[in-house]
Amino acid sequence: MFVTPAMAQEEHPATEEALPSDHGQPSVEGTVVPTQDHGTEGPFPPMNPEFFASQILWLAITFGIFYLVLKRVILPRIGGIIENRRDRIALDLEAAERMKTDADEAQAAYSQELAEARARSQKIAGDARDSARADAEAERARIEGDLDARLETAQARIGEIKTRTLADVGQIAEDVTQAVLSQVAGIQANQDEVSRAVQAVRA
Amino acid sequence: MANDPIHQFQIARLVPIDIGGVDFSFTNSSLFMVATVAVASAFLYYTTRGRGLVPSRMQSVSELSYEFIANMLRDSTGSAGMRFFPLVFSLFMFVLVANLLGMFPYFFTVTSHIIVTFALAMLVIGTVVGYGIYKNGLGWFRVFVPSGVPGVILPFVVVIELISFLSRPVSLSVRLFANMLAGHITLKVFAGFVVSLGTLGALGIGGAILPLIMTVALTALEFLVAFLQAYVFAILTCMYLNDAVHTHH
Repeated sequence: MFVTPAMAQEEHPATEEALPSDHGQPSVEGTVVPTQDHGTEGPFPPMNPEFFASQILWLAITFGIFYLVLKRVILPRIGGIIENRRDRIALDLEAAERMKTDADEAQAAYSQELAEARARSQKIAGDARDSARADAEAERARIEGDLDARLETAQARIGEIKTRTLADVGQIAEDVTQAVLSQVAGIQANQDEVSRAVQAVRA
Repeated sequence: MANDPIHQFQIARLVPIDIGGVDFSFTNSSLFMVATVAVASAFLYYTTRGRGLVPSRMQSVSELSYEFIANMLRDSTGSAGMRFFPLVFSLFMFVLVANLLGMFPYFFTVTSHIIVTFALAMLVIGTVVGYGIYKNGLGWFRVFVPSGVPGVILPFVVVIELISFLSRPVSLSVRLFANMLAGHITLKVFAGFVVSLGTLGALGIGGAILPLIMTVALTALEFLVAFLQAYVFAILTCMYLNDAVHTHH
């Protein structure tokens, strides 16, 4: 076994520690000293120079491969993923910004159109109201005129009937007078006399 | 070796390889280095397979670790240091996955051996020195000469700067190594108490509850430490790399 002088100092405490536990109570622990393992009686294993060359070689091989794999394959990939995501987020934010502007514009156009439509609807409603009122007015005037005309006709007919009736009243009075005279007094009165008398009474 | 807290750090040759008299055997340590690399690569590869615009849960774990390290590096070295991103990310993932794999019972913890952490630390410092000199020429050594220091105490300051620079690989490697080693030993010792007390009858079983609670709490702590040490390793790497990119600090 290859032991440097420096490591030889380590050897004593290590062996003294190891020996009682190895041989002092083998029945309790049931331990077996590994005969082919040279570490037990050698220097402190983590500092054992026996395996320095082997560890350095294998560390160089494994770490070298690890470094190359990371540098060539894995790190570009992870970097690419992160870069890709950053680009995508920037693009999406830009698109969102653009969409927001579009939406704002659409909103403005919409409210403008709404205002226009409202104004138009008010105008249409006003027009309709005005025309309806004019129609109603005209209708009312027509009906009133009609009614007035009918009233006048009726009035005229009433007057005519009245005069005709009044004329009949004179005749009736003459007939009644004649009848009364003949029936009651037994006087055959002359038609003209009776008529004159009646007219004198009525006037 | 059921109760020996050091046993878990033993290295065993799985495939003995000897090249020119030097032992390059494929050991359990090598196996777990391979496992670490395989698990980390497979996780990162398969979770990002969908390349989802909206990430799945696992994909966002990969993305989070990517952005975590990228931000850490950018904050300490600026955009000029981003060329080291694959290195820092590999170091972070390797240390993190190695630490986490070590939390499985009977698994070997790669980072609990000083030579492994020291090699990683030397890789960082070597990159700093190499890139610094490549980029700035010999003028890079001005990094040890702070501006605005009076000429009289300048030599002392330079010596201090030099010592602090040379202690970096040591502190970087020992911090990680010692944390993993101490954590695993503590865990093993307390878990060993549970077994030892459990053999002592009813009273012992009652008493074993305390170290059992301790073991559970330590396990949670060790998971935290596993992440924290990977984080510390990565952020110190970033700060040291800053010296390579920017000469004046």
